[in-house]
Amino acid sequence: MEHSEGNTLIVIGLGILLVITIIISFRLGRYPIPTKEVLGISLSKIYPIEQFWTDQVEMVLINIRLPRIILACLVGCCLSATGVVYQGVFQNPMASPGILGASAGAAFGAALAILNYGSSFMVTISAFFFSLLTVSLVYLISKKVKGKSILGLILSGIIVSSLFSAATSFIKLVADPTDQLPAITYWLMGSLAGAKIGDIKFVIIPMTIGLVPLLLLRWRMNVLTMGDDEARTMGVNANQVRFIVIFCSTLTTAASVSVSGMIGWVGLVIPHLARKLVGNNYNHLMPASILFGAIFLLLVDNVSRNLFTTEIPLGILTAFIGAPFFIYLITREGETY
Amino acid sequence: MSIEVSNLSFSYGENQVLDHVNFTAQDNQLLSVLGPNGVGKTTLFRCILGLLNGYKGQILLDGIDIKGLGIEEMAKLIAYIPQFHYPSFNYSVFDMVLMGTSVQVSAISSPGRKQKKLVETALKRLGIYHLKNRGFTRISGGERQLVLLARALVQESKILVMDEPTSNLDFGNQVRVLTEIKSLAKEGYTVIQSTHNPDQTFLFSDKVMAMKDGRVLAWGTPGEIFTADLIYNLYGVEVEMESFYHDQARVCIPKSIVEKDHVSDLLSIC
Repeated sequence: MEHSEGNTLIVIGLGILLVITIIISFRLGRYPIPTKEVLGISLSKIYPIEQFWTDQVEMVLINIRLPRIILACLVGCCLSATGVVYQGVFQNPMASPGILGASAGAAFGAALAILNYGSSFMVTISAFFFSLLTVSLVYLISKKVKGKSILGLILSGIIVSSLFSAATSFIKLVADPTDQLPAITYWLMGSLAGAKIGDIKFVIIPMTIGLVPLLLLRWRMNVLTMGDDEARTMGVNANQVRFIVIFCSTLTTAASVSVSGMIGWVGLVIPHLARKLVGNNYNHLMPASILFGAIFLLLVDNVSRNLFTTEIPLGILTAFIGAPFFIYLITREGETY
Repeated sequence: MSIEVSNLSFSYGENQVLDHVNFTAQDNQLLSVLGPNGVGKTTLFRCILGLLNGYKGQILLDGIDIKGLGIEEMAKLIAYIPQFHYPSFNYSVFDMVLMGTSVQVSAISSPGRKQKKLVETALKRLGIYHLKNRGFTRISGGERQLVLLARALVQESKILVMDEPTSNLDFGNQVRVLTEIKSLAKEGYTVIQSTHNPDQTFLFSDKVMAMKDGRVLAWGTPGEIFTADLIYNLYGVEVEMESFYHDQARVCIPKSIVEKDHVSDLLSIC
């Protein structure tokens, strides 16, 4: 199986690339830190090394850059993983993490918290909660829809999303234009500025609960792309797998969006890039998408915090980088096989 | 392995699609279901495969009522070979066939060495091993049908249900696919296929079930039931039925076309 061995190497390669990207990301910033010191400080956490760096450098690295880099990796891999599994279980290459209203719900939750002068932690909690609530609502409505379950889910997702978007617009309308409105607008554009260890502690549990089953079920997702009836005759209960996938994906998406705000494109573009690299078999596609998502968002976040003196929101950058790349990808001649 | 269907009725709301259908199929049999479009063949297959509930009557696979069977137990008894459709994502032929082994592994694991061996054997048996790394959407229609057949074989269930397996194939591939199906039936599989071609049905089938308006119009060996009247009753086309090779083959010739040409021949002579 020459194919699958090659793909395993690509996945390992992506893993190495991620480690390199992380090390480079630690160096970058308004306060450049040499690689030697980055490695020294990292190693000193596991193994006692004599300190050859200043306390200030360690403070910047551990308290500011570390949480932000971890969060960029986590959000990147969660959005990309959710995108790739949604494409499979909805048998639709255009599916993305927000398709069942997770993003629209989170946006409403965040806006509502900002309107009520919530702390940044309250904003995160509220976004997370409303994201889960929206997807649950979509799922319940779709159960009432007659006919095909996929169509029911996607239609309910569109309807409920637009309802929550309208509600978010209404909050923007009544928000105080001097401080609340800019805060909401900025949140909606997506950013990891001000990432804290507390954010990581909050999201790590739902993200893990979500990602692990998605990884374990990855072979089943191949079968689901064949359609519900075919999957069933091959012994796979499509509705059951889809329910588990939606449950897990909602946890990871809600957790991601609640700390990062709205970041589009990652969940759509990265899975397709990964498909070009390792093919459509989820055995390799899942790990490849997860690693690729982490690398991509980390790179974009580096641009976001280093390009100008003021940060550029991530949602804007992912679109600016993602869209042209995607155009190149879909217009390119030839396929992987 | 056998299929026994008794008094099977199914309706979509007011519209009755199947009306007291009875038939059985045994090991080593290729059963062809013949009938015009919209006659309920697909509904019948969906019932047998456990994809439609809410039917009346009984379906027994190997003597077991399918109402009491779970999805995995069903998949171990009966496999489905769908009509070709473009899947949402392109898979290699090997991966495509490997999917058929899913029922043999737990939900959280992937097919292993044993399953991959099965795939290689099935691909070699059907003469498509050389395609294993090609993309499923990049091979010919006949090859795709064989890939779907291989996927059903690795599932290791002894009943095969095929929805018009030759409908989109050229003549050569039709014969090739039907020959494979026939030899599978000889090896002990029970095969049910729906079809639109009376001549090939006669040539390849062990049993034929002719359906019209959700009912069984005729049931038996091809030799017993194949008459010009049956074809007229099914399709509303008057045919002349010719027998060849000591009745090993029968061919239907639509009368209207032959006669018209005959008349124009006569006219051209005058």
